[in-house]
Amino acid sequence: MNIFAETIAWLADPKHWTGTGGIPTRLLEHLQYSGLVLLIAAVIAVPVGLFIGHTGRGRVVAVAVAGALRALPTLGLLVLFALLAGSGLMPPVWALVILTVPPLLAGTYAGISSVDANVVDAARAVGMTELQILFRVELPNGLQVMFGGIRTAVLQVIATVSVVAYLPLGGLGRYLFDGLVLQDFPRMLGGSLLIAGLAIVVDLILAAVQRMVLSPGLTLDSRGSHKAAEDLTAAAPAGAAVQGGTP
Amino acid sequence: MEWFLANSGMVLGLAGQHLVLAIVPMVLGLLISIPLAQLARRNSTLRSVVATATSLLYTIPSLALFIILPTILGTRILDPLNVVVALTIYAVALLVRAAMDAFDSVDDDLRNAAVAMGFKPMARFFQVDLPLSLPVMFAGLRVVSVSNISLVSVAALLGVGNLGFLFTDGLQRTFITEVVVGILAILVLALLMDAVLVVLERLLTPWTRAAGGKSSGADATTLITEPKSGPGLPHAGLRTDPGASG
Repeated sequence: MNIFAETIAWLADPKHWTGTGGIPTRLLEHLQYSGLVLLIAAVIAVPVGLFIGHTGRGRVVAVAVAGALRALPTLGLLVLFALLAGSGLMPPVWALVILTVPPLLAGTYAGISSVDANVVDAARAVGMTELQILFRVELPNGLQVMFGGIRTAVLQVIATVSVVAYLPLGGLGRYLFDGLVLQDFPRMLGGSLLIAGLAIVVDLILAAVQRMVLSPGLTLDSRGSHKAAEDLTAAAPAGAAVQGGTP
Repeated sequence: MEWFLANSGMVLGLAGQHLVLAIVPMVLGLLISIPLAQLARRNSTLRSVVATATSLLYTIPSLALFIILPTILGTRILDPLNVVVALTIYAVALLVRAAMDAFDSVDDDLRNAAVAMGFKPMARFFQVDLPLSLPVMFAGLRVVSVSNISLVSVAALLGVGNLGFLFTDGLQRTFITEVVVGILAILVLALLMDAVLVVLERLLTPWTRAAGGKSSGADATTLITEPKSGPGLPHAGLRTDPGASG
């Protein structure tokens, strides 16, 4: 019981909410690293995923590569990059990009290829160009499944960024490792609760965005669609696990 | 290579600890998930509670969970039990959904036929439902096995013994070989576990080969790759593939 009281006291202490080591600064660092990783990974994964999903070409290669990348241990890759490329922000960012591309790619690809072939053929029959089909038909219709991949990737990055503090960089993970060295459990527990809270809040925000962005036609459909939507919310976290990443 | 040969005893020892920490939660997770999935399938309230709870638990990063658990369980931070419990939670979160999908995949006509033949509920579950759900169940298990093996290494940051030690030690000594050996060892473990699961599945589901006939690859992987079979795992085909690629 004491430890909880101490942790709440640690979290509530105004000293911990200001300055360079303060919670807002660490939170911002955490979000900055995560945002940078997601941006680079999206620039790589989304176009490739759209291409594979639309044409069906390169699917086997993508599946094999994504699968092999998935078995890589996050921590090992981070350490390897840090040792090879030296300290600084970019080596761990690149390591994280490698781990973030598979779920994004898989999500994009799965989303596009989940669109009913009849719908795509109909679009082609009314004279849409391939690009129009991709962006006006496949993308909006596949968004529901794509969001599963996006949420997996975002959660995984937020979780993994806590590990970069070990290298050592900033972010909320600092509290865990500093607390471990100093045997300061309230600090470790406080940091853990902040990371867990951040992950949950971000996932809820993404779920809300998903609800706003999705075409109403996708959710108002039959009972079948409702079931699909329900499954999707769970698909995201399920993926996070696979990623194994989620340190 | 020389370093590996000189230290193979240590690496194998760590690999052993690693395997135990990965497999025990998987088995526990399976034992918890099957009854839970059965209950959740019958009760829609429980079903939505399970769905919400599992996705919420999944969002909690493992490093944070490894630290939060000791205060709840009253264990010490270095206790491997924390890792086992944390990974069991993740395994349950994933396997409950996989098990529900797996039981859904069993044809209702077959169930009715079994009832008509006089199977009692328990016997029907163990002799009809459970075996027939294995292909989908194994797809879930393979995902858990890959993810567990990768996650266990994170526990090394807190000092729990496993192959992840090669990463923390390698970083402190700026010794790349050790890190590379660690990565390779974990990849080998992941592939081995996956291969074991594939073989196990083949042994337990001989009828899939008989029915598949010419396409010998007609196992869970192909089943899951088809989008219609697994709405809950939209890209399970991509996910479960490390085994197929190896």
